[in-house]
Amino acid sequence: MRWISWAVAWMASAALPVAAQSPQLAPAARYGIVLDAAHGGDDSGGKLTSGQMEKAVTLAFNVRLRSMLSARGFAVITTRESDTTLPPDRRAEIANHAQAQACIPLHATESGSGVHLFVSSITPSRPTLFVPWKTAQSAWVARSLAMAGALNAALLHAGMSVTIERTFLPGLDSLTCPAVAVEVAPDRAQDGSVTAEPDDAAYQAKVASALAAGMLAFRSEKSEP
Amino acid sequence: MIPRYQKVLFFLLLAASLAMAGILWHLRTRAHQRLLAGEDSVPTQAPEVTAAEPATLVVASDADGSLLPQDRALPLPADPGTRARVLLGKLLDVYAAPDAAHPVGGGAPGIAQVFLLPATGDAAKAAPDAQTAVVNLTGSFAAGHPSGIETETLTVLSICATLRANLPQVVAVRFLVDGQERPTLAGHADLTRTYLTANAVPSGGSSQ
Repeated sequence: MRWISWAVAWMASAALPVAAQSPQLAPAARYGIVLDAAHGGDDSGGKLTSGQMEKAVTLAFNVRLRSMLSARGFAVITTRESDTTLPPDRRAEIANHAQAQACIPLHATESGSGVHLFVSSITPSRPTLFVPWKTAQSAWVARSLAMAGALNAALLHAGMSVTIERTFLPGLDSLTCPAVAVEVAPDRAQDGSVTAEPDDAAYQAKVASALAAGMLAFRSEKSEP
Repeated sequence: MIPRYQKVLFFLLLAASLAMAGILWHLRTRAHQRLLAGEDSVPTQAPEVTAAEPATLVVASDADGSLLPQDRALPLPADPGTRARVLLGKLLDVYAAPDAAHPVGGGAPGIAQVFLLPATGDAAKAAPDAQTAVVNLTGSFAAGHPSGIETETLTVLSICATLRANLPQVVAVRFLVDGQERPTLAGHADLTRTYLTANAVPSGGSSQ
């Protein structure tokens, strides 16, 4: 029967996708967080009022948040470090193979205000050995909601406007870790006027600091799906 | 000398030709009169105006990410599919207004068709007459839609919630763009999914 176990092990290793972008890996023993700067390369995403493309804003925010999280002892894995095209499935592959304790896709928009937090709309289910790719997040939805709650509390504590919503988002639905998509919208005054655009460095630093504090709070919670 | 039987045949054929020419002339005259009668555009009956009836549009707001029902009185057709298209057209007209809380260009022409089909799978268990609405958006509407998770999600959910509020038998919604399946609306909201209308309920706003 040894040849069967050998064959199974060979097939499992062959099924592992080869890392195309050489994402920044970190020791698995630490609490790992995957940061996914949305869009990139041919996919520019939305265009902000300042003229910046969403892909550039998310990459800059990715760098700031990575620094904040690393400073707090998290092992941060990023899906991209440059302006490269990455399809949603490839991003999910990188995140799932990292076996991180949390995943945060990063987006930016000109619509709305403050920070928008999104958890997958997939119906929660119990963890199983084999999961469909398009609904892999289902076993982690409950933990994702808890993570969104921790981030929401930290952002509110920092005096920011926050919305928590459910959505079907390509890539997010295939993640096998607690996952919350973060969309940074302009900071607005009471009258609706914009006080800081999503590409504003100080505004990004404020949001990143609050998210890092939220992840510290989430790390202290029970981490099983 | 021409034989007698050839003379008789000649006159018979001549008579037949004249008779056929007369019949053709008569038919042509009748066809011309029928054509003129068809072009008579003077209205003989006053057009019927459907009475306005209560309808609910579930309108999104970007400011707080909310979906709020708005009661309207709208003249709506009886056919459910056409009714759904008119309702969603009105919803997109609200978004195309200059001071819209969820600004999206395009308006009513953004909805190409709405098809109502018998629901299948888990959605069919909701009710015996459960239906799936297939909303066919135009490519120009999708191309002009603002990009962002929240704004795209609100558009999709407000469409689902408006259908649920006015056509309770619609339990699921699928989206097409120009008759084809499309990965996302404008780069974010997944359009390959079947959206359950039960999950698209009017909600409050943000925490501040």
